[in-house]
Amino acid sequence: MFSLEGITNTIQNWLYSTFDPTFALLIECAIVILLAIGLFAALGLVLVLMERKVAAHIQIRLGPNRVGPGGMFQTVADTIKLILKEGLVPDLADKFLFNLAPFVVMIVAMLLLAPIAFAKNFQIWDINIGVLYVSAVSSLSVIGILMAGWASNNKYSLLGAMRSGAQIVSYELSAGLSVLTVVVLTGSLQISDIIASQADGWWLFKGHIPVIIAFVIFIIAVTAETNRAPFDLAEAESELTAGFHTEYSGMRFALFFLAEYINIFIVCAIGATLFLGGWMPLHIGHWEGFNHIMDYIPSSIWFMGKTFFLIFLIMWFRWTFPRLRVDQLLNLEWKYLLPISMLNIILVTVIAILGWHF
Amino acid sequence: MFLKDYISEVYTGVSSLLKGMRKTGYYFFHPKEIITEQYPDNRDTLKLAERFRGEVVMPHDENNEHACTGCTACELACPNGTIKIITKFDISPEGKKKKAIDTFVYHLELCTMCNLCIESCPSDAIVMAQNFEHSVYDRSKLTKKLNKPDSKIREGIE
Amino acid sequence: MYTETQVIKETKEGELVINMGPQHPATHGVLHLVITLDGETIKKIEPHLGYIHRSIEKMSESLNYRQFIYVTSRMDYLSAHINNLACAMNVEKAMQIEVPKRASVIRVLMSELTRIASHELWLGAMAMDLGAFTPFFYTFRERELITDIMEETCGARLTMNYIVPGGLMYDLHPDFQQKVKAFVKQFKQKVTEFEDLVTNNVIFQARTKGVGILSREDAISYGCSGPVARASGVSCDIRKIYPYEGYDTVEFDEVLDTAGDSFARYIIRVKEMNQSIRIIEQLIDNIPEGDTQAKMKAVIKPPKGEFYTRVETARGELGVYIVSEGGMTPYRVKYRSPGFSNLSALDHMARGSKIGDLMATMGTLDLVIPDIDR
Repeated sequence: MFSLEGITNTIQNWLYSTFDPTFALLIECAIVILLAIGLFAALGLVLVLMERKVAAHIQIRLGPNRVGPGGMFQTVADTIKLILKEGLVPDLADKFLFNLAPFVVMIVAMLLLAPIAFAKNFQIWDINIGVLYVSAVSSLSVIGILMAGWASNNKYSLLGAMRSGAQIVSYELSAGLSVLTVVVLTGSLQISDIIASQADGWWLFKGHIPVIIAFVIFIIAVTAETNRAPFDLAEAESELTAGFHTEYSGMRFALFFLAEYINIFIVCAIGATLFLGGWMPLHIGHWEGFNHIMDYIPSSIWFMGKTFFLIFLIMWFRWTFPRLRVDQLLNLEWKYLLPISMLNIILVTVIAILGWHF
Repeated sequence: MFLKDYISEVYTGVSSLLKGMRKTGYYFFHPKEIITEQYPDNRDTLKLAERFRGEVVMPHDENNEHACTGCTACELACPNGTIKIITKFDISPEGKKKKAIDTFVYHLELCTMCNLCIESCPSDAIVMAQNFEHSVYDRSKLTKKLNKPDSKIREGIE
Repeated sequence: MYTETQVIKETKEGELVINMGPQHPATHGVLHLVITLDGETIKKIEPHLGYIHRSIEKMSESLNYRQFIYVTSRMDYLSAHINNLACAMNVEKAMQIEVPKRASVIRVLMSELTRIASHELWLGAMAMDLGAFTPFFYTFRERELITDIMEETCGARLTMNYIVPGGLMYDLHPDFQQKVKAFVKQFKQKVTEFEDLVTNNVIFQARTKGVGILSREDAISYGCSGPVARASGVSCDIRKIYPYEGYDTVEFDEVLDTAGDSFARYIIRVKEMNQSIRIIEQLIDNIPEGDTQAKMKAVIKPPKGEFYTRVETARGELGVYIVSEGGMTPYRVKYRSPGFSNLSALDHMARGSKIGDLMATMGTLDLVIPDIDR
């Protein structure tokens, strides 16, 4: 059976048997960094193409279909175009912050990659406060956006950045609370523990209605946190032209663009890990035969399948709904999502204490 | 009943959103509904309406003869000076002088395809063609001479 | 008219002046708004015009009465046919020509098709202003059928120039009736789609209800017309008040609302499309036989005098005023365009609302910039 675990173990054994431990560790780090960057680039290309294709099919169009079979290399061509373009810096911009901002956004996205389990025992860093780490680091991206908006010396950018700040800070709350429901049920913050606790069924099915509510709130909150429509106020194109990245061009713009898609991937991966069992195959009670067949599908495919399903869901939102107004956005959070998720977490706690979940 | 209103508000809101998603989801999973025309690929099968106004042309028959008498009605009818007719005098075999066109100059770059010239033509010498791919690399190529070289006016047209 | 520097000088501490347009995704053309903001709240809006001024009125003075009609297609290009109709009607009025019945009916049919096409485009663009991209493509699918019909019969898709003084340029295409019927059938099926996607959508309603309110008195005093005024309860449909081209013989309702907000304006236009379908259904099987052109001299020389006609375009009342000195060309031509008066109410409607509301307000005004700025 194909498994990523075998490959990583072989490489590790070989490294430690050939080099001395310190050097082997360094080489390992280098490999991980290379893999992470490679994954970033690949994900960016795939997700942008996927977005365009999903949008096209929803909008009764064909989407990109000229470069490569079915338009497969369209995003590659776009990337080359963006690299070749001149990166303009506005005259009165704060040059240092202006150049720094895309990298801050990007680095935050990269840091979030660390605790995600891509397959069985295939994880960069299985930190014991995994969920806490994720929610802590993900709120840092607002700094990059504010930096970009301020440094551009553009009124549209500033408005977009301010909107984005208010939005991310408030939606962080309900995202955190909905993540907590799973933590309450599992009793651990570690990602591998959370996945292991779903071996006999995913939390979405095991945890009754409260977890389903938490899942819905989580999806709404992360859509807002990643600045996606219907919450794309930070870059509301009909209002603020392009919001915080109005003045960015060339590769700096590409970094923002890439970070947006990486962020979508990461929040969907976390959603899949917490609510849909991560790489855990679908197991239904005592159907031994069925469970056995499901086990034959590699864990990495399970993980990717679930994540891409959630990504598709978020894209589906984007191409269906109109955008909210800035005060309605905050109303939705403070009047609807936050009270519901607070009530929800009490319910979940009761369920967890009484052991009513499966 | 504050709570009841609150819940019904949430319910109607969510259900309206789901209805919209059902609609877009339907189109996503039904690629048959796609209406994109693959333009440069379907050039051969692309059929424009016969009345479509693409550009003014002057049809010539197999004897290289046209029907233009050079009366300049089209030139007068044109609102923006697209047409310029240069006339000459032909000497017929009987020795009579007869007015005929030397050059029918047509400025495609000025033309708005309003069809007034074709309406005004008494001998139906000019018609609208369905060609719409007018892009050229040089602007001067848009100034066209509609009568072919050595063409003559058809017999019997006054 | 303020200049930009004046606006900036007048700005108080803490206020932000932004230039929306002439290059901006939501102004649909080259409209330039100088907006004074306090945070996200709009304090003042100054529309600046002149970016697409082509002096159509002056141009019309140098063209003869057959020629100047085509120029008006470039004013409100989404209802080009209705603009042409207004001019042709004016010339006919001056020359005292009776248009054949068949030509009249076809003119009405085409006008209503144009109105539907214009409203369809507006619906999509409006949804796009509010951030929903998909309805745009669905509305364009139906609009495409209309433009195909136009292309087949009139020879062009947008700037038809199908009307000449005294009638029509040529008769209908043989496929016209069948194609229009097919369109009506498809339109009726698909119109429910917009109800699901846009009208009933909770976000859309929250964005438009109670936004950009224009009271009845203000609508009258700003000279608003068309769906904008009708949403505020002003009965101003020229087709009803001063029927032309046999609009008095067909049955249709003037859609009125009293809310005066963006949602009312939206609903008015959607209902108006259904009324247009109603007119088309009544007429499509009853096109009388006969000529499509009244007999006219080649050179039109109206008598000395002043002539005014008005029609209901997709955006409101279009007036055409011609002063004739008895010559080949008009002495003076003045167009009263609906967009200009509607835009003038924008400052009043949007003051105190958020930038997001401005998009909803401006979207439902249905501005076509070349119409405002002739």
